[in-house]
This record gives sequence, C-alpha cells and structure tokens, in this order.
Amino acid sequence: MIDVFIVGAGPAGLSAANVCAKNGLKVKVVDEFMKAGGRLLGQLHEEPDGTWWNGIEEAKKLNDEAQQLKVEVDCGVSVYNIKKQNKSWKVYTTKGKFQTKALLLATGAAETAIPIPGWTLPGVMSIGAAQVMTNVHRVKVGDRGVVVGINILSAAITRELQLAGIEVSSMYLPGKNIATGDHGNPILTMKSMLKVASLAPSKLIRIGSKLMKSESLHPLALKFYPKSGIKVWGMPVHLRKAVIEIVGEKKVEGVRVAKVDLNGEPIVSTEEFIPVDFVCIAGGLYPLVELAAITGCPFQYVSELGGHVPVHSEKMKTPLEGLYVAGNITGIESAKVAMKQGTVAGYSVVQDLSNKKEAFQVQLKQAIQTVEETRNQAVIQFHPDIRTGRKKVYMSFKDKGLMKKRDFYGT
Amino acid sequence: MTNSRIVHHPILGRLQERGKIHFTFDDNEYIGYEGETIAAAMLANGERVLRSHEESGNLRGFYCNIGHCMECRVTVGNQKTVRACLSLIEEGMIVNSGKKLPTPFKKGETL
Ligand SMILES: Cc1cc2nc3c(=O)[nH]c(=O)nc-3n(C[C@H](O)[C@H](O)[C@H](O)COP(=O)(O)OP(=O)(O)OC[C@H]3O[C@@H](n4cnc5c(N)ncnc54)[C@H](O)[C@@H]3O)c2cc1C
Ligand code: FES
Repeated sequence: MIDVFIVGAGPAGLSAANVCAKNGLKVKVVDEFMKAGGRLLGQLHEEPDGTWWNGIEEAKKLNDEAQQLKVEVDCGVSVYNIKKQNKSWKVYTTKGKFQTKALLLATGAAETAIPIPGWTLPGVMSIGAAQVMTNVHRVKVGDRGVVVGINILSAAITRELQLAGIEVSSMYLPGKNIATGDHGNPILTMKSMLKVASLAPSKLIRIGSKLMKSESLHPLALKFYPKSGIKVWGMPVHLRKAVIEIVGEKKVEGVRVAKVDLNGEPIVSTEEFIPVDFVCIAGGLYPLVELAAITGCPFQYVSELGGHVPVHSEKMKTPLEGLYVAGNITGIESAKVAMKQGTVAGYSVVQDLSNKKEAFQVQLKQAIQTVEETRNQAVIQFHPDIRTGRKKVYMSFKDKGLMKKRDFYGT
Repeated sequence: MTNSRIVHHPILGRLQERGKIHFTFDDNEYIGYEGETIAAAMLANGERVLRSHEESGNLRGFYCNIGHCMECRVTVGNQKTVRACLSLIEEGMIVNSGKKLPTPFKKGETL
C-alpha cells in the first residue's frame, strides 16, 4: 500500500511529496495536467530585485527532486472519487483505484467567470487560459485582444502576453449586470488594486496615493481618471470604460465598449466598437475544493481566502483522520506560500505515520513559521486581509473540538 | 493569424525543436508538434472552434485551458467527452467536434 497519496503536482503537492519521500515514506502523486508543476508552469514575474520568477524552472526543480527521491509522479491522471474504507482512503482515478493511509489534497485554484453578453464565443477565454497557452504551450492566443476585469492576476498576465509579443489593446471593466457584480464597479476595483500595491501598476498607485489618503476622495480620483486610461507598460487601463458585449459571428470579431459612471453604469451614446480577435476574462481565483467536499470534510466560507475552504489547522490537517490539505485549496496565495504549506503538510503526514511523534515536532514548528515568513515577504498578495482569513479557519478547527488527541494511526 | 507559435521569447528562450504529429479534426488533416494538446494544436492551426453546443448549436472553443470548465469537450476515436485542453495529440489521432443533438421534446422542434 502507498503511505501517502497526493492529488495535484503543483508547488504544494510536490513540496509535500518531497518531504514525505525524504523521510522514508512511499509517495504517489497524480495530476490531470500533462506536466508536473501545476499553475507554477505559467508564471513569469519580475521580482522587485529585477530577477525573474520563472515558474517553469521552479517546477522543474521540484519535479527533479521528486524524481531523485523516487516519488511516483503520474501526469494525465484525474481523480474523480474518494471513499473512506476502514482506516484508509480509497482514491478513484482514471488510471485505477488506490488505497492509502494518508491523503493530501493539493488541487489548487480555479478562475471565477464573469459572464457578459457574447462570452461563449470561440476566442473568449479566461486570463489564466491565455497565460498557459502563451508560456506553457507557446501558441499565440491571437493578434490583438482586450482584457476584461482589472485585478492583480490580470495585470500580471497581461504583462506576460506583451512579453511574448501579443498585443493587448486595453484593459477594461466588465459591463455591469446581475452576474458581473463588484467586478464592474470602478471604485471597488480601484480600491482593491491599491491594496495590492506591491504589484499594482505603479502609475495607478501614484495617482491613487495622492487622492486615496481619504476614502471620501476616491470618487474624485475616478472623476479625474484620464479618458484615454492610464498607461501601464504602454497599454491603457480603463477604470471608466467597460466592455458591454463581445461580438462576432463564429468567433470573436470585436467588443462594444461604453464609458461608465462612478457606479459602473454605462453612459448612453458613448459606445465604441473595438476590433479584436481574442478576449480574456479575469474574475479572480477561488479554491478548487470539490474533492474535499466528497470526503465529507466540513467547510467554511472565508472571503479573505477566496471562498469556501475545507476546515483545517495550521498543521494542514483536516478534522478527518488521514486527510490533509495544502496550497490554494486552503485559500488563494502565491506559489511560494503554497510550497511552504506543502512542506508543513509533508511533516504532518510524516509525524502522524511515525512511531516517534515527538521526533518531528521541531521541523513541523519551523515549517509553520516559514509559511508565515514567506507570506510576509510575498510580492503577489491576492487579498490584503489574508491573515485574518487564515485565523478564522484555524479557530473553527479548534472550536469544533477536533483537536482531541484521538489518534487514528496510534495504538 | 500570423506566426501562431511563440518561437522566440525574451525570458523563456527559444522554443525547442519537436517532432511533427499528424491528426484529423472533423475529417480535415492537421499538423501539430509533439507535446501539444488538441486545443493548442488547433489554435496554432488558426482553428478556435472545438464543438457546437448540444442544444443551441452555438460554436464553442476552449475557455479555461486547464481542465476545469469542460467547454472544450471533443470525441477522440470512440471516446466521448475528452477535454481538448488536457489531451495531447498523437500520430494518426482522429478527433471530432462535439455536435448539436436533437431536442425532440422542445417546443416547435421535431426529430
Ligand atoms: C489560471 C491560474 C493562473 C495563476 N497564475 C498565477 C500567477 O501568475 N502568479 C501567482 O502567484 N499565482 C498564480 N495563480 C495562483 C496559483 O494557484 C498559485 O500560485 C499556486 O500555483 C498554487 O499552488 P497549488 O499547489 O496549491 O495548486 P496548483 O499549482 O494549481 O496545482 C494543483 C494541481 O492539481 C491538479 N488537479 C486538480 N484537481 C485534480 C484532480 N481531480 N485530479 C488530478 N489532478 C488534479 C491540477 O491539474 C494542478 O496541476 C494562478 C492560479 C490559476 C488557477
Ligand atoms: S477549456 Fe476548460 S476544460 Fe478544457
């Protein structure tokens, strides 16, 4: 039997696998993507010191180490069901069933859709889809496009498209409708961009910081928002214009754009047509938790973490014995944090499966501390109140009285 | 679309040489490269459409590109509902687009 079965070969899953293997456990990792590395593979950011965070290289490092440690990493395999069987987990994959003592879910995140009229046309894709097509598959998503949805991820990825020589004509808000919600609100969008100032387009911050000191001045900043947008990396970012429809016969041919008022409502007779051959929709990320739901793990809604997350402790343990979580399934953060969380989960598994539990106390404590330090230094923060969100979940874990030392693997 | 593959990249470097793969999509012949997904190879050939919606017949392409949304489902050989964004092309692979299905019980429509 396998000691640890890990779903997801992203930064969290691979880091956990390597810790487990180093400590003598038999580890199997599966991932439905064709390459190991998860969403790391698409990432390409310039760090404040001018170096590049090259996700492909980072993924290779993790995977090379896993290979050296004889971790079995099986790509192109999907997990579609999980059942509890006596004291172990039964995992159903597209390549057979597996039995395991410890199960780690490191399934990552998914993108929130922003439905606007015309969004099902071929040529419309999520911003992450464009990232993967560009940096992983190295195929151009089009000749000229627009990005709908202004947030930290879309700003970073738009830059990546430009690097690959793909023209993005502008970034817009989505036209306000019942489904687009806050994404179409200029003031809320501006606020959230300013909060993630570490990576937000620097010009936006500069005009922002003058007018942003007091909340009451926010509308003023937007009132004087330049009609031609603010140029970031040579590309206009529009907080006072929205894409109200994507148009095309059999595929995307262009977008209809209108000026919007301070509440995001389109202003009549301000429409223009912009010819493009692709559109990227950027609605942000939420934890991909379906597999955790199948296991019967309790959930909690925590907006700071990006949505519903499986209840878990700082040690990355869930209230269910033998079930662990790590990475973006526990809340949306950058890949560096996901890696460190994976290390924590790895040590938790090692400790739980060991006869000498005290032996790993120090490593576990240190690993937890490293998560905190990495979080504090993160260049990309998806939510400014991430720490509050984390605390809420750890509290729930304790509140439920689930910290009882009822040891599943013990005597 | 011009120059559909990103051969040169300022940070990621040059795209490495790969072997050619021949496959068909709805009986048309296409060429892709080793390691490309059906969705990527089709896009590189200038083709965005992967299926018609089962009920409305509206055309659809890939959306999330990482296996989450099921928008890219195609038929590979006899296997239905295959995600084009996760499946690698293979020599001689026969791919068919998802098709519109009859809706016999819909108002105003007959078989
Ligand atoms: C589209 C997208 C783009 C992103 N871009 C950035 C970015 O540019 N910068 C940044 O800092 N962060 C980005 N993120 C956030 C990203 O989630 C983290 O940076 C980090 O990759 C999370 O690591 P992880 O190990 O938790 O999950 P992931 O890296 O997402 O890895 C999870 C893996 O689990 C696999 N998986 C999921 N479900 C199953 C299943 N049922 N069966 C088999 N395998 C499964 C997936 O295929 C995936 O490879 C992005 C996220 C997404 C979704
Ligand atoms: S495009 Fe979303 S599953 Fe393939």
